[in-house]
Amino acid sequence: MSKRAHSSPGKGAENLMSDTARSVQTSLDSAREGNARIDTVPKLLLRNAAEFGQRPAMRHKDLGIWQSWTWSQVSEQVRDLALGLRKLGFQRGESVAIVGTNRPRLYWAFAAVQSLGGIPVPMYQDSVADEMVYVLEHAEVRFAIVEDQEQVDKILSVSDQLPHLRHMIYDEDRGLKDYDHTRLHSYQAVQELGRAERRSNPGSDAWLLEEIAKGCGADVSVMLYTSGTTGRPKGVMLTHDNVVRSGQNANIFDHFTEKDTMIAYLPMAWVGDHIFTYGQAYAGGLCVACPESPATAIDDRREIGPTYFFAPPRVFETMLTEISVRMEDAGRLKRAMYSYFMKVAERAGSKILDRQPVGITDRILYWIGDKLVYAPLRNRMGFSNLRLGYTAGEAIGPELFRFYRSLGLNLKQLYGQTEASVFITMQPDGQVSSDTVGTPGPETEVKISETGEVLFKSPGVFLKYFKNDEATAATKTPDGWVKTGDAGFIDSRGHLRIIDRAKDVGKLNNGALFSPKYLENRLKFYPEVKEAVAFGDKRDYVTMFVNIDLVSVGNWAERNNVSYASYQELAGDPRVIDLVKRRVVELNKALASEPLMAGSQIKRFIILHKELDADDGELTRTQKVRRSFIAERYASLLAALYDGSTEATISVEVTFEDGRKGRIEGRMQVVEIAINPAAAAPIKEAAE
Amino acid sequence: MNVVADIIALDNAQPTAPRRIGEVMLKLDNVSLSFGGVKAIRDVSFDVRRGEIRAIIGPNGAGKTSMLNVINGFYHPQQGVITFKGEQRSAMRPYVAASQGIARTFQNVALFKGMSTLDNIMTGRTMKMKRGLFWQALRHGPAMAEEIEHRAVAERIIDFLEIAHIRKTPVGRLPYGLQKRVELGRALATEPELLLLDEPMAGMNLEEKQDMSRFILTVNDTFGTTIALIEHDMGVVMDLSDRIVVLDYGQKIADGTPAEVKADQKVIDAYLGVAH
Repeated sequence: MSKRAHSSPGKGAENLMSDTARSVQTSLDSAREGNARIDTVPKLLLRNAAEFGQRPAMRHKDLGIWQSWTWSQVSEQVRDLALGLRKLGFQRGESVAIVGTNRPRLYWAFAAVQSLGGIPVPMYQDSVADEMVYVLEHAEVRFAIVEDQEQVDKILSVSDQLPHLRHMIYDEDRGLKDYDHTRLHSYQAVQELGRAERRSNPGSDAWLLEEIAKGCGADVSVMLYTSGTTGRPKGVMLTHDNVVRSGQNANIFDHFTEKDTMIAYLPMAWVGDHIFTYGQAYAGGLCVACPESPATAIDDRREIGPTYFFAPPRVFETMLTEISVRMEDAGRLKRAMYSYFMKVAERAGSKILDRQPVGITDRILYWIGDKLVYAPLRNRMGFSNLRLGYTAGEAIGPELFRFYRSLGLNLKQLYGQTEASVFITMQPDGQVSSDTVGTPGPETEVKISETGEVLFKSPGVFLKYFKNDEATAATKTPDGWVKTGDAGFIDSRGHLRIIDRAKDVGKLNNGALFSPKYLENRLKFYPEVKEAVAFGDKRDYVTMFVNIDLVSVGNWAERNNVSYASYQELAGDPRVIDLVKRRVVELNKALASEPLMAGSQIKRFIILHKELDADDGELTRTQKVRRSFIAERYASLLAALYDGSTEATISVEVTFEDGRKGRIEGRMQVVEIAINPAAAAPIKEAAE
Repeated sequence: MNVVADIIALDNAQPTAPRRIGEVMLKLDNVSLSFGGVKAIRDVSFDVRRGEIRAIIGPNGAGKTSMLNVINGFYHPQQGVITFKGEQRSAMRPYVAASQGIARTFQNVALFKGMSTLDNIMTGRTMKMKRGLFWQALRHGPAMAEEIEHRAVAERIIDFLEIAHIRKTPVGRLPYGLQKRVELGRALATEPELLLLDEPMAGMNLEEKQDMSRFILTVNDTFGTTIALIEHDMGVVMDLSDRIVVLDYGQKIADGTPAEVKADQKVIDAYLGVAH
């Protein structure tokens, strides 16, 4: 039955191009002519310094005050660092690791390295040293530019395994003054080297411009290691063409200019951050603000008021949970106002945003609601100036999506991956819904393979995986299509819908389609559930592991006088189990009415005694569940789900945040739920 | 339990400049303090050298906090001489002590609960403010310039103690561990020469203790601040301090390096009790 839904023969990519996409095509062509020679990011920087020299390029909150740098100041910072790196012996083609939270100096390091023809390799700053070794070694990193002592210590602790590494440069000098500085340098010291070079050698500016001119669009601009749900991370090589054109296309698609502002708070090693806050910012001259620290990002966002914001659904979910929790604690008047006007917003908000007809009463009510509730809420979340928000990476709950759109926030979805320099499909304005991911972006083609897998072609298609031709060949077809590994289909309006990872879609023993991620996401849409892991491929029925959401359930417990001392205790409380059970029953009821999914209702589940954690290898660093690893680790629980027992015990090793290990033991209840009869007729047909 | 072992280990791994422990900064000679018939401190003498971390330990009710109160002028001893920076003093007010460079934190956090972290730390700058109340209230001209200058100092402390995320939060809403950190921040804001810490790690979990130990070591190491602290966690005390004075029933029973104190029979008896 999946085949029927997935393959939509006869729909060429041309037909899929939406009107918006076609209309931007013309502006694309004209823009491209003007930019013909600006084919690398450092060249974009030179252009920005010339064209928007006095406009802010970067802001950073430091010691409680927002510091700003204009494009011409940024170009000077980059120049000094580049000359300093050169002085330290940096050679064209060498790679440089960049590790840390979002800070201006680390972003400048990208441009400085690229100016010299080098390849920056951003890395996840919360990886432990052992995880870092692989990337540092595989990418043959010669220089490392890092944030602070923490990163320096991590790399020093494994430096004997890194024969290529020559120099390390740090931004924040706290605690580092007594370190051996023969191969360790402060960022300022390196820039000072560059400035000294300029003083003693007047030709150095011209030399650097020549170096920048040597670069071309086909050169590798950055190497991004994908976190990988399986196996070792792969180094995705993106060219300057990829980054520059993806950035330009996205700016044209959503009309971003140098007047827009965004906030950089997602990991620098992630392709989204690289394309949005680096590629797109440089391509369009956008201003990027860096928060003071990850902990202050939300307050800092309020102060900056970005016009463009990206976040995975998880972030939007957390925000909504926080608002709901606070509203429940608010006074009666506020609560009444909130619930009344949120109903108005639900009726009228999205329609007003999409410029659809709305009655005059609702318009007036919405206007009042905006003054009293929506605008203060938007301000609370730091979205007062928001023109556009994107979400991607995971499915977003329909209620969640509607909530933000009804407040008047233009939240849209996109679909992308590292190998595409992010953009594959995007939702054009006015064609937004929670269950699709939009139409192919500018200059992008999408098709569905025989097996139901989504394939694409775009200017952002990566060059290859570094030192891994086998994987490259497995992903890129000879005629230029890239396999996404996602199963999906194109709906009647030409919008792409993603169901799951192609390899994860399986079948139950009775032949019904089993899509674990689809089920997990549906359950995770409930605020009580933080994480869920579904099993069912080649089994008789579907089962799940569930993690409760400590914020939401904790608040519920407080209001219902349920006392608890730990996550484990709360998760094991019969009333909490009952709470989750009711949600699963609700979900089953909803599933029963969906032809494709009626067969995969959840029969049994266990609430896990600990939260799934990346430090224990249960989640990837981007917080995706590693299903097979979890199945192995919790084998005894999984067995209990299928052998009819009503209880299960387990003891697992956990890693604490400071690296020590311990064991957590637990006895858990297995909960069984009745399966609803499938809503007869349509399923038969779909399951033929 | 070696709370700061890893921090120490880290320090040892790197070639560190030898810390400068200088001349005697504070000297107490035969100090006695009693409240009515209760003798809180009996004839105690010890000194604190410039740049060192000096711990005062002892069982409950040994007179440790009284000792700190004597040092910062809150209590006035009936007998004995206190010499601070070469100057003898008898009765002095806490604000005089503060103006001479002695700052302290309290066993039970004594912050302004309704005020933000930033404002609490700014109160530590009061001593340094030159303009009068009138100009301060106007917030104009020189008073504003002064305020900006003090705010910059406060911000550096906030950055140092890693409490930027709670800068604007009323301290009453903060968990205990963070309140302790804010209190340390307020003490640091006075730019003290001698910092008195009354159980800086009481009621903290392991991670908070590690953080606090790190801050204490860095304050001592980077700014050269002399520190006298009371602490019950023996692991912390042994790892942090250069010298330890042990009190029991108001009397000094031992004084020396951590190793010496640990081996002292009288100390062992005081802590474990003796069979009579």
